[in-house]
Amino acid sequence: MSRPEETGHSGSGGPGLSRDDVVHVANLARLTLSEGEVDLFTAQLRTVLEHAADVAALDLSHLAPMAHPIPVENVLRPDEPRPSLDRSEVLAAAPSVEDHRFRVPRIGTESP
Amino acid sequence: MSEDVAWETVIGLEVHCELATQTKLFCGCRNAFGEEPNTNICPVCLGLPGSLPVLNAQAVELAMRIGTALHCEIRPSSFARKNYFYPDQAKDYQISQYDEPINASGSLELPDGTTVGVTRAHLEEDTGKLTHVGASGRINSAHHALVDYNRSGVPLVEIVSEPDMRSSIEARSYASELRGILVATDASDGRMEEGSMRIDANVSVRPVGTTTFGTRCEIKNLNSLRSLGRAIEYEVARQIALIEGGGSVDQETRHWDEAAGRTESMRSKEEANDYRYFPEPDLVPLVPDAAWQERVRVAMGPMPADRRAGLVALLPGPATQAQSDQIRAVVDLGLDGWVSTMVTGGLRIDVALARAANEVAAEGEKGLELVRAANDLATKADKGFEISSNPFTTIVAMESGGELSATQSKALLSASVQAISASIEAGQPMAAALTGYDSRAQAKELGFEALGADALSKVVAQVIAEHPEEWKRYVAGDEGVKKKLSGLFTGQIMRATSGKANGAEVAAELARLAG
Amino acid sequence: MSTAREMAAAVRAGERTAREITEGALAAVAARDGEVHAFLTVLADEALAQADAVDAAVAQGRDPGPLAGVPVALKDNLCTRGIPTTCGSRILEGWRPPYDATVVRLLRDAGAIALGKTNMDEFAMGSSTENSAYGPTRNPHCLGRVPGGSSGGSAAAVAAGFAPLGLGSDTGGSIRQPAALCGVVGMKPTYGRVSRYGLVAFASSLDQIGPFAADVDDAALLFDVIAAHDPCDTTSLRIESPPTVRPSGSGVEGVRVGLCPDLIEGCAPDVVARVHEAAEALAAAGAKVEEIRVPEFGYGLSAYYLIAPAEASSNLARYDGVRYGLRVDAEDAGAMNTATRTAGFGAEVKRRIMLGTYALSAGYYDAYYAQAQRVRTMVVQAFERAYTSVDVLLGATAPTTAFKLGDKVDDPMAMYMNDVCTIPSNLAGHPALSLPFGTGDDGLPVGVQVLAPALAEGLLFQVARAVEAAAPEAGGSA
Repeated sequence: MSRPEETGHSGSGGPGLSRDDVVHVANLARLTLSEGEVDLFTAQLRTVLEHAADVAALDLSHLAPMAHPIPVENVLRPDEPRPSLDRSEVLAAAPSVEDHRFRVPRIGTESP
Repeated sequence: MSEDVAWETVIGLEVHCELATQTKLFCGCRNAFGEEPNTNICPVCLGLPGSLPVLNAQAVELAMRIGTALHCEIRPSSFARKNYFYPDQAKDYQISQYDEPINASGSLELPDGTTVGVTRAHLEEDTGKLTHVGASGRINSAHHALVDYNRSGVPLVEIVSEPDMRSSIEARSYASELRGILVATDASDGRMEEGSMRIDANVSVRPVGTTTFGTRCEIKNLNSLRSLGRAIEYEVARQIALIEGGGSVDQETRHWDEAAGRTESMRSKEEANDYRYFPEPDLVPLVPDAAWQERVRVAMGPMPADRRAGLVALLPGPATQAQSDQIRAVVDLGLDGWVSTMVTGGLRIDVALARAANEVAAEGEKGLELVRAANDLATKADKGFEISSNPFTTIVAMESGGELSATQSKALLSASVQAISASIEAGQPMAAALTGYDSRAQAKELGFEALGADALSKVVAQVIAEHPEEWKRYVAGDEGVKKKLSGLFTGQIMRATSGKANGAEVAAELARLAG
Repeated sequence: MSTAREMAAAVRAGERTAREITEGALAAVAARDGEVHAFLTVLADEALAQADAVDAAVAQGRDPGPLAGVPVALKDNLCTRGIPTTCGSRILEGWRPPYDATVVRLLRDAGAIALGKTNMDEFAMGSSTENSAYGPTRNPHCLGRVPGGSSGGSAAAVAAGFAPLGLGSDTGGSIRQPAALCGVVGMKPTYGRVSRYGLVAFASSLDQIGPFAADVDDAALLFDVIAAHDPCDTTSLRIESPPTVRPSGSGVEGVRVGLCPDLIEGCAPDVVARVHEAAEALAAAGAKVEEIRVPEFGYGLSAYYLIAPAEASSNLARYDGVRYGLRVDAEDAGAMNTATRTAGFGAEVKRRIMLGTYALSAGYYDAYYAQAQRVRTMVVQAFERAYTSVDVLLGATAPTTAFKLGDKVDDPMAMYMNDVCTIPSNLAGHPALSLPFGTGDDGLPVGVQVLAPALAEGLLFQVARAVEAAAPEAGGSA
């Protein structure tokens, strides 16, 4: 299966990290940055990525990416019901509730 | 001016099947439809800080059954996070499978023998349920929304087909056959109206003879076979009209509006989603070894295709179209076991198929339940419940042996279903209601006695005597004339015998007398 | 102050009451936490109630548990039912979880007393506890200095004598580094030995909960209580192994110790000196000490600062104002998410979320995230090679003694450098421990670090005891 399509932000990244990249990434992460923050974060992230360039440059094609420190497989649980949470305790912590459901402002878009 | 282009339709289907497990995919909350909102939730399916997923063994079992039934390679697999923000997504990421799905490279054979490729069938978790509150309940005019997380975390298998289908009929056939398989494997209850099986259709067109794919549109969330067919047909027409009018198809997601009978663009201001897939660090690889796969295969019952083939094998000759249709209906309804039992017990297959496919089907869910239950009991040979005490089999046996006409048999089946249902509603246990019912006695009560051979000859002779002119023409006439007139005579004879006459016997008697 | 072992033994024997101990702890907190600020929530009523329950058990002849009556400070990213769990963030201000973390339940079952929830860098991101939305914690040895982070509150609580035991979490060094700066023992277990269920996730493949204590044996006691298989955590290991409090072997005769320059070079000279002295002490106790290079460790920092933020960016997506925590209202749900997260997260958290989102985004995944995971494999293999010729590794924990508050807040990269020596163990999932060994030129504590192979906690504690036995007397607070 192929990787998701590029969103129009091409490049090899790293020191090439632009202000636009930072704004785009902030959007993806649901964060708003002030102009000053964009400048600051761009500079700071560039520095971190410059250090990361040493990693990007290594030829590690002979190694598999490690997903888990300790190799374990087939961890399963039986299909048996366990007690659920008390609804009132959960909803008591919710910012907004209506009709025993979590209430949110209108959703402008369909689900991806 | 465009010439007359012959267009080819290309369709691929993505089907999301809710698995019929007791609990959710990653937690022990109950997997149940239609309950009070937010009553089946826990830290895991609510995505509370600190919660962690643990995989449901039965969900894996069912996913493997689906893979086996679809002739897939069952592979070592892993889970991945699909990251996106949406209120019904409790963690704002979905745990799914991406690079390494559990099932891949399979196929599904349609009843007519065509094969559709299945790319993959993988495990993932379902979202919560959104209710848009506002003018029309549709998302566009909503004022706010409400979220119920009962469905959040329910196990799904997403089955992706190759773009091998070429018509809405094929697509419906694929969806119907797939549904039959999902029910046969016990993976799903098949209740599309409850959302157990949700279909997205990818549709594109191209000129006949070309091999490159046209731009496709995805039509999301079709919840019935009828909608599937209608939506595809609308979309194909839309795309063709667009292209022939000089425009081009935009690759987009569209929503099917059932009421308006059209697809609508779901265009939003956002760019294409970047899901930033990466391996799920809270789960470990799933490696079903050969022994486990074999256990799954051995435990599976026959699939619809096998069951259809089983009935076809009982036919005296090659199946006609009508018989194929009846056989498909009988298997769809889960009545093939009953039909099989009757036929191997000596009853006429044409009668058994017809009554099952037509009359029992017409009795609705209640009747189907009773007939299936009667057969189940007989099959398990419960004490006091043998085949002979299956009241529905008795009726078919009476017709098969000539004691009842088709008309009478149909009426008796319906009356029996009503009577037995009434007993059960009045409090009788099902097995007792079934054993306690005497089909023969009921037949007598309804006046359904078979017409003896003498009585029939008398009536036939009488009707002939009443229509001398027509009889002369019948005797002298060719096949076409005979066919037309036999309808007249048969009708008269039926009236005179109050429907008790057996159609085949009448035809034989007329032919005999005509010489 | 008595050790946890002494306290528990006294309570179990009926010589002391849990209540008396708890009252003493609460009094110490009241007296001094105003200036240290180790705690975000002090559980006075709850602690006394727990203490009374322990005393009742003893009185009725029931087993009160191995930690009976011992106060424990809990990092505020551990879910405690009905009790605020903020993770040092505004976005969870006042949030009361409806469930307990597994380790919290294990502690309660062991008779321990939850004294309070401690301060931390927001969502465990930081090395100084200056990233807390609720103000920093100060190093009890010198109030103008940081306690380290992200588990600065728990480290300070033990260092200040508020509680003999603390729990923290360690993703890139967040237990060991504050332990070093505060002059206490801090240990990170093998990944999977302690359940993460109920630990608010930062970086899932790196996070582990671990103990703080004033000495090695107390840390081992707490470790034994919390190290258990948990069916609620898929990554939790099923291990049968003897408790580590009383080691099977004693002493370090013949143990091969690898003094690792890659875990020492680049540190301040006084820190380097202390590590060498610790090595000499081990040699004097009969260990075979030799230098061993593991240059792959040098790539650890970069790999960590791609993997951890990437996983964090996903783990923190759930803070969207919908189900719990802060909500800042807006016209539509998407805008509400954005407004909430913008208001609720601090700068370091935002920085790492963006870094992580970038590392995972289309076009960059392979060069950054996948590549960093390959570096991880490289580090694991490097450890394996090293452990064919040595049994444990020895190095520094933090590059310097505690720095001044405010010194590094404007320079993220400089702050990240604090983790150079601790990160390799997180990447590999191996256990490691920091214990105090003398002081720096400024009189502030120095920590030395022992690293062991996966699942070798017994050996880890054994070697640490030997180092501890030879450690110079701890300096007083400046």
